[in-house]
Amino acid sequence: MAAHLKKRVYEEFSKVVQIPHEEAPTKKLRLSKPSKSAALHIDLCNATNSTDALQYLLQFARKPVEAESVEGVIRILLEHYYKETDNSVRLKIASLLGLLSKTNGFSPDCIVDDVINTLGNEKSHQVLAQLLDTMLVIGTQLPESPAVRRRLVEMACKLLSDTYFGVRNKCLQLLGCVGMVDTPLAKDIEGPSSSLGGVREVQNIISNYFADQDPRVRTAALKAMLQLHERGMKIHQIIYEQACRLLSDDYEQVRSAAVQMVWVLSQLYPESIVPIPSSNEEIRLVDDAFGKISHMVSDGSWMVRVQAAKTLGSMLQVSSHFLEQTLDKKLMSDLRRKRTAHERAKELFASGEFSSGRKWADDAPKEKLDTNTVNLIASGACGAFVHGLEDEMFEVRIAAVEALCQLARSSPSFAEKCLDFLVDMFNDEIEEVRLQSIHVLREISTHITLREDQLDTVLAVLEDSSRDIREALHELLCYTNVSTKECIQLALLELLKNLNKYPTDRNSVWKCLTFLGSRHPTLVLPLVPELLSTHPYFDTPEPDMDDPAYIAVLVLVFNAAKSCPTMPALFSDHTFRHYAYLRDSLSHLVPPLRLPGRKQVYSLDSVDSGCGSGSVESAKLFLQQSLNRISTIQNLETPGAQDLLNFTIRDLQRLGELQTELAGAADFCATYLRCQLLLMKALQEKLWNMAVPLCLKQNVTATAAAQQILEETYKLEFLYSSLESRQVATIHHVRLQAKALQLILTARSGPGLDLLISSCERFLQEIESFQRMFLTELPHLQDSFVDKLLELLPRLLSCKPVELVKILQTTLRQSGLLQLRLPEQINRATATIIEPTGESDNPLRFTSGLVVALDIDATLEHVQDPQDKVKVQVLYPDGQSHVIHPKPADFRKPGPNRHRLITQVYLSHTAWTEPSQVEVRLLLAYSSSSSSPSSANKSGWSDSIDSLPPAEAAVEGTIPFSKPVKVYIMPKPARR
Amino acid sequence: MPEIKVTPLGAGQDVGRSCILVSIGGKNIMLDCGMHMGYNDDRRFPDFSYITQNGRLTDFLDCVIISHFHLDHCGALPYMSEMVGYDGPIYMTHPTKAICPILLEDFRKITVDKKGETNFFTSQMIKDCMKKVIPLNLHQTVQVDDELEIKAYYAGHVLGAAMVHIKVGSESVVYTGDYNMTPDRHLGAAWIDKCRPDILISESTYATTIRDSKRCRERDFLKKVHESIERGGKVLIPVFALGRAQELCILLETFWERMNLKAPIYFSTGLTEKANHYYKLFITWTNQKIRKTFVQRNMFEFKHIKAFDRSYADNPGPMVVFATPGMLHAGQSLQIFKKWAGNEKNMVIMPGYCVQGTIGHKILNGQRKLEMEGRATLDVKLQVEYMSFSAHADAKGIMQLIRMAEPRNMLLVHGEAVKMEFLKGKIEQEFSIDCYMPANGETVTMTTNPSVPVDMSLNLLKREMALGGPLPDPKKPRAMHGTLIMKENSLKLVSSEQALKELGLNEHQLRFTCRVQFQDPHSDSDTLHRIYTHLKSVLKDYTIQHLPDGTVMVESIVIKVSSSAEDANAKVLLLSWSYQDEDLGSYLSSLLKKGLPT
Repeated sequence: MAAHLKKRVYEEFSKVVQIPHEEAPTKKLRLSKPSKSAALHIDLCNATNSTDALQYLLQFARKPVEAESVEGVIRILLEHYYKETDNSVRLKIASLLGLLSKTNGFSPDCIVDDVINTLGNEKSHQVLAQLLDTMLVIGTQLPESPAVRRRLVEMACKLLSDTYFGVRNKCLQLLGCVGMVDTPLAKDIEGPSSSLGGVREVQNIISNYFADQDPRVRTAALKAMLQLHERGMKIHQIIYEQACRLLSDDYEQVRSAAVQMVWVLSQLYPESIVPIPSSNEEIRLVDDAFGKISHMVSDGSWMVRVQAAKTLGSMLQVSSHFLEQTLDKKLMSDLRRKRTAHERAKELFASGEFSSGRKWADDAPKEKLDTNTVNLIASGACGAFVHGLEDEMFEVRIAAVEALCQLARSSPSFAEKCLDFLVDMFNDEIEEVRLQSIHVLREISTHITLREDQLDTVLAVLEDSSRDIREALHELLCYTNVSTKECIQLALLELLKNLNKYPTDRNSVWKCLTFLGSRHPTLVLPLVPELLSTHPYFDTPEPDMDDPAYIAVLVLVFNAAKSCPTMPALFSDHTFRHYAYLRDSLSHLVPPLRLPGRKQVYSLDSVDSGCGSGSVESAKLFLQQSLNRISTIQNLETPGAQDLLNFTIRDLQRLGELQTELAGAADFCATYLRCQLLLMKALQEKLWNMAVPLCLKQNVTATAAAQQILEETYKLEFLYSSLESRQVATIHHVRLQAKALQLILTARSGPGLDLLISSCERFLQEIESFQRMFLTELPHLQDSFVDKLLELLPRLLSCKPVELVKILQTTLRQSGLLQLRLPEQINRATATIIEPTGESDNPLRFTSGLVVALDIDATLEHVQDPQDKVKVQVLYPDGQSHVIHPKPADFRKPGPNRHRLITQVYLSHTAWTEPSQVEVRLLLAYSSSSSSPSSANKSGWSDSIDSLPPAEAAVEGTIPFSKPVKVYIMPKPARR
Repeated sequence: MPEIKVTPLGAGQDVGRSCILVSIGGKNIMLDCGMHMGYNDDRRFPDFSYITQNGRLTDFLDCVIISHFHLDHCGALPYMSEMVGYDGPIYMTHPTKAICPILLEDFRKITVDKKGETNFFTSQMIKDCMKKVIPLNLHQTVQVDDELEIKAYYAGHVLGAAMVHIKVGSESVVYTGDYNMTPDRHLGAAWIDKCRPDILISESTYATTIRDSKRCRERDFLKKVHESIERGGKVLIPVFALGRAQELCILLETFWERMNLKAPIYFSTGLTEKANHYYKLFITWTNQKIRKTFVQRNMFEFKHIKAFDRSYADNPGPMVVFATPGMLHAGQSLQIFKKWAGNEKNMVIMPGYCVQGTIGHKILNGQRKLEMEGRATLDVKLQVEYMSFSAHADAKGIMQLIRMAEPRNMLLVHGEAVKMEFLKGKIEQEFSIDCYMPANGETVTMTTNPSVPVDMSLNLLKREMALGGPLPDPKKPRAMHGTLIMKENSLKLVSSEQALKELGLNEHQLRFTCRVQFQDPHSDSDTLHRIYTHLKSVLKDYTIQHLPDGTVMVESIVIKVSSSAEDANAKVLLLSWSYQDEDLGSYLSSLLKKGLPT
């Protein structure tokens, strides 16, 4: 067999080396494309010494090899392998074998035998290790071949006794990767009873090497075991004890891997019972493991510490008293040996023997206590987190903070306890850690109520100079529960201070107060007179309405008043006026209030606040009804259809304003209907039948309409999130209609025949691609424009352009309105530029030819991957426009579906005589190739995507999706 | 048995005047050479006459190692090297070498210029002494001579503080100096690898303390300072010029910056500026944060902290002053303290340990009336606060270090006897190792069990390897045959044949023979055959031959049967084996004595 194969290989490049000639004619085609294997063979044959050969191999490795010639190449390599005496060349060949086996479309099962054969004769340890590595590749390439895997396992077991660590390493790796998870292999050796034995065997063999003399091998053994676990094999509990012993290994890699191993076992057997050495008691395994891993948090190597701290976070089954010990450094006694809770409490009391270091000599008189009860190195989980949070390396501290977060989320009592520690972390020296701990506190804040002193520490951070920290803290305060009215006052005071110091935080502070007010109405109530500085007898001066601090106070009060009906009674007259003003100007911060005696003014507000939760339902119903009404329009030419559409669009727009939950959906529908309306209007022109030169004007409006429809469809497709393929199909359908309209208009304007033919062809291609993309949706498009077109497609393909245009025209006019089905939730991507505000009258002066940096701060909602899509456009008065890509680091993600862009754009221009305004806006870039109607669809036609014409494959463009902001600038001429 | 001897000349059950003598493997090493803060007489320096009554120390010491630059660890160095006389190598880390002379010079000035002492070391002596210093790098193994090697580990505590691992052959000692297991605002935590020394000599200043999380302490400190400043009070923080002072400076500096406070912060004495310069330079010795950010801004370039002038103490309004020395026993801190003590708005914060007898110690213990020189008394009205900012390891930290290093014995110095006693008990209980706490001048002797390396001939090794399993198991001792040749200071293990050849001796064969009698009615040859089958069944793994000349050979052991002359039933077995087969031979004889199975 081998001889035959060899022969075949030689044949493949026979012409090149010009040895045999009998099969030359059949091989001609291949020869025209010089084979790689052939070249390699010549090189290797020509190589006079091993250095040359090595050079050839190195060169060879740089080039890719086609799947069909891999086998041939491997044969040649193997042949040279047998001949070669130099270790380094053999090593390279072995590594090449591994590389080649990875080639796509090549199945390495044919070379398994050969590689195993080479193993048998190999003397060099390094080469042996490399060959095993190759086997590893082969083994992973052939997951479905139990026979091969069994052979590999046997091989590995045999070589495990090698004296070189690398070989043992690779053997263990191999065992880990191909060791038997499923049992059938063992069955056919010794029968069904041994199936479990077979599994056990692998674990046994691996665990024998836990005590190997080489730390690298020990690590490899642990890793192999973990690999087995990952592949779904159940690790036996016996391993636990061995892994625990390795926790005190001399080498950090071993300890690190052992931590993982112990963790894995604690997740597998959380409830089994293990004995405590040196006593006759027993505890749950997960508790024991938790204690041991906690111990590793004070390990000598920081890598291990990070590993341990991270791991602790995922051990959620641990008993609560163990968990709480991790925060207790002073509790030195080993709680595990205590029998009753009573004794434990006593012990706790007695352990106050140590000085805390906060007071001088506070430990002096207590020295006489029985010192035997106290262990200094706690064998349990004592103080693990205290250590972790104080660690030298910030990586460890972050890991500890994250672990705290995970544990606290699952245990409210622990959350309560770890609060102090987290609050302490706000003073960490590294900003990242501070930020992380603020985020963590926010996440667990549902469980906790901040005390005054804790709040004090938290609020102190508000003066931090870092914007991220402050905003994270505002976010935190939004979710915080506080206990007393003093806390509210304190928070308000500090927030106002913050506002004063950093005026740019305005929006964030207001938002924070919105939540603070609505969360604690009863705590705000007693503060109201003081906050609004009202007096029972005297009228106080009316505060300045534009003062951000005053607005902040009002926001707090109004939000509290929403669920506290008695509060408005305390307001003075101007407060009501201010309410009206703010409700209009800052409607997202000020909730609708039911104010007694003022119904006539606020009737609208009180109505929709009165509807409450039912309003969403009714609004949805209304939306649906409007859409149903539209569906009665059969044909675009139905009389009265235009009016109906007009009204519906108006209704929907108003609905979107009133019901923020449905704004996306309503907006989507309105835009869609507007497209239809435009289409309808363009088609209904009475002058369609007129001769072309007479209706030039008509033509112009229709062209504009078509263009606008196209733009709108792109908006529909890319501005709204969570669209289903059904909606996308509908949108594309409209687009197709618009394109048809364009085609008709082009035809009417009488271009040259060539142009007409090419645009017809393009249109036909578009129909085809539509059909490909929305094959699954076609049944839903009954009676539509496309449906009809597809029916006529064979005819269209064969007919002349003029005829085609005619057909199109009639089809278009007769086609019905496609009904829009709404998905569950549609969100419109929006962007608001917070800064620059566009209010400034002072122009930004700079020397022309140089640049000026403009700070931009914007919030983006419902934008996916803003890093790639969002761009900033600057429009100069002379019509020049620049598009700037912000850096990915400029985007922050303060909440779900929300992004924040804080960036700088550079403006520059030649000198102007007067200051003038530039427009800044955000653009959403899209590219139709990246749009995926649905993942299932995509996989279906992805094969043919290469064949799509490029023009159609990617329509790229941008949609402006924020209100433009005007910035006053003044480039001055440079002084000479 | 070889021994390691440790004798503290200072710091034995005491704090201050650290000086520990170690004799290990025939080498004498002095660890630290400090002065005592509490004394002004001869007790100030260690008693070097313990080493030799007269003459220079050079002949008796192989090297001197200084762990860090605090005066209680290096204050007596010029005295020892220049006045008593020592010319051998002195080892210290680079930052210590840089900062140490500044402190020594300052110390000299105070003692000589202020107190007018004579017979004290001069500036020149300090310079001469520093010339003998060899700088160490972290984790660098330095060969002092052919046998003695030392290696420094990071110790936290102050800039440049180091722990040293001293090794002679397979015996080793680790001296920690002062160390800190929790990182602070400017330094990292102490770290050592699992070096398993014979003795770990550790400081034990805070043997009974387990400190709270340092963040609470920092917050408390800042809060107290802040409150006092807001009240319009003055805050005095007595510090040693270097060490804690820098940490507190960084702490206050960042706090001032964050809270935008305006009250001035002063730092007394000019030597700080010089020393601060070194702090800026030795960035690699600081903690992660400072190391990572120094490119943007070196944390030791303070914006808010200015130099102090004596006249500022009377300025109105709030201020914070760092003043030396840290225990209020002399100098500027004491002067300022006297000025401010009368006002209850003011505050003094003691950030560290105070030796008994100092004013710091007195006011911390609640004394409100102090006797000053010349019978004057001083009413202490200002608030006295204590914040443990001392960068010494607490009890838990010490235990952690023991766990890291895994020593065989433990020795405590640099602490108070009562507290040591407690910690000693704990260590013995937890780690079950011996723990010592010698007083000054008391010698502790520990026998060690060093391994003696022996060269083994390759042939012998290979032969043994072939006998045993596939892999040598380093965890298990293994018995083997061989001959140990001791020749000219070298040890060699060779096979016996080779030894005979090398020594030119003839081999003597040693054979044991043994008679076993038992009753057996069969004929001789039958008996022999029965013995053969019996042995065959018992000794399965051995080659047993029945030779035609009427003998049975088990390996090389010969068994013959003869019947006695008088009784044909009484058979006599003759066993003969060579010395090498002693094990098998004696086994066979005892087996055959039991008789044959019927």
